[in-house]
Amino acid sequence: MARTRSAIKDTGLDKAFYIVDYILLGLVFLAVIYPLIYIVSSSFSDAEAVIQGRVWLLPIRPTLDGYRAVFEYNDVWLGYGNTVFYTLAGTFVNIVLTLMVAYPLSRKDFIGRNAIMFLFTFTMIFNGGLIPTYLLIRDLGLIDTRMVMILHAAIGVWNVIITRTYLQATIPQELYDSAKVDGASNTRVLFSIVIPLSGPIIAVITLFYAVNHWNSFFPALIYLRSRELRPLQIVLREILVENSPRMMDEMMASLSEDQLERMTERQYLQALLQYSLIIVATLPVLAIYPFVQKYFVRGVMIGAIKG
Amino acid sequence: MATEMQAQQVAQIGRRQRIRWTKIAVNWELYLLALLPVAWIIIFRYIPMYGAQIAFRRFVAGAGIWGSQWVGFANFMRFFRSYNFGNVMWNTLSLSFYQLLAGFPIPIILAIFIHYCPNTAFKKTVQMVTYAPHFISVVVIVGIIFKLLATRTGIVNIAISNLGFEEVNFLGSFRAFPHVYVWTGIWQNMGYGTIIYLAALSGVDPELHDSAKADGAHILQRIWHIDIPGIAPTVIILLILRTGYLLEIGFEKVLLMQNGLNIRTAEVINTYVYKIGLASSNPSFSYAAAIGLFKSVVSFILIVAVNRISRRVSETSLW
Repeated sequence: MARTRSAIKDTGLDKAFYIVDYILLGLVFLAVIYPLIYIVSSSFSDAEAVIQGRVWLLPIRPTLDGYRAVFEYNDVWLGYGNTVFYTLAGTFVNIVLTLMVAYPLSRKDFIGRNAIMFLFTFTMIFNGGLIPTYLLIRDLGLIDTRMVMILHAAIGVWNVIITRTYLQATIPQELYDSAKVDGASNTRVLFSIVIPLSGPIIAVITLFYAVNHWNSFFPALIYLRSRELRPLQIVLREILVENSPRMMDEMMASLSEDQLERMTERQYLQALLQYSLIIVATLPVLAIYPFVQKYFVRGVMIGAIKG
Repeated sequence: MATEMQAQQVAQIGRRQRIRWTKIAVNWELYLLALLPVAWIIIFRYIPMYGAQIAFRRFVAGAGIWGSQWVGFANFMRFFRSYNFGNVMWNTLSLSFYQLLAGFPIPIILAIFIHYCPNTAFKKTVQMVTYAPHFISVVVIVGIIFKLLATRTGIVNIAISNLGFEEVNFLGSFRAFPHVYVWTGIWQNMGYGTIIYLAALSGVDPELHDSAKADGAHILQRIWHIDIPGIAPTVIILLILRTGYLLEIGFEKVLLMQNGLNIRTAEVINTYVYKIGLASSNPSFSYAAAIGLFKSVVSFILIVAVNRISRRVSETSLW
């Protein structure tokens, strides 16, 4: 836009518009960032100051007590470990299966591609529902196993669609034709042409899948029972949403005498722990986010081409 | 003569079919590759569709899905006649429409302002920050909402009482629930929602803008007459998709935000199914499955109908 604007003079209204534009974006920017800053500052502040509402922008009487409480709490680490496992293993399976179907679907000489495509896309507008899906998982003997966290959403149809769209757009038919002339098998083509050329799309779907695994909470709620299998989000739900009193008692027990003295009121500890936990749980995603933002944007845009 | 031609035709069709089969045979590896994903989608997505027939049976644990007795539409009728039906339907639809009306236009407007922002660095910063909350998990988002909006200790209520007003019970009030639900959702997703519109806006032909400027059109006229029509197909596609999900209203977030005080407006179809079917100590699979199937069928009809209307009226459609 900037290029074309210099060619012809702006009207007065245009100038007013740009001023409104700056003000509005500035307000949106503040509205989004302020709660995030507040959470970070509170997590580093003295619990009493937070509860009394004296923290507005920067931490007051900075302390790491909240983080210490989080780090001493075993359930959080157990959940962290489980989530890392589900995210790594789950994303790996996602990528392999997605490529296995998106590659054939991207080939124009793959007879039956429309039928298979329909089989996948239909599930986006109709599903059997929560209960029949639960009964299936139960009948397969997957309840309360690590496998269920990897298998229940092994393929995301949306990701299949964007991968297929990408492959169709980037790999010209001539490349397949010349590979065929050279006597390369389809498997050979997959490994020496398709995968090397699909780096960007693999990055995109890896991020989509990984963030989903990291943030997923409902499947674990219905399919898992054992405490030792629970992902981080379930632990978070207990501490952040349900404020389980039993958990708080355990927390209090894990603290030393003088720490206890400093935070006699359960509420103080709870509040501090919650703020720190929000940061600890979200940090991995938000820390890599600025570096990978362009891949998410690209993913959404490839999806838009299809639409 | 006629028979000869027929014979030729038959031969041609035969040849075509043979070519078809050779094509399939040549590409056998592709079929082998697709086998596992296709098996997955059949097992994990289509078997539950078939299993949805328990909605028409009376599920008995010992007999399983296939052995339980048929009861026709009894489970559906029970839902339609139940005391909760009206309330749950109203909550689902009103919350959905509220979210759609408030949440759908905001990313479009925001995208236009981002698109026209002359300062690239500022623009990039705004984008980076506003996209970020989309990646925070729903559990953490609800945790943040609980912290910030709590009475007495929450920063929002502290600010309200410092200004001399009375505290607002955001979290334990059925009146406040829809507003808190919808506006925190907008806070979380408005930035991310602009991405697709920004892509559409950058696809608008700049020459249209140049000639409109030469004709003396001011910026609002250009937005209205050039940009809006330019992104209209994208807007329509997203609107069709959203109508398909009207009854699927943010299941996880609603469930997490529910409590005894706001349940009057916070019980939606999905949470109701979960409670009857899975969270209850005496689960009723068939009844819950019937409610779930009712929802799926209505959603399906909605998206097909809206898509058809859109194809006729605007010549834009999903399929």
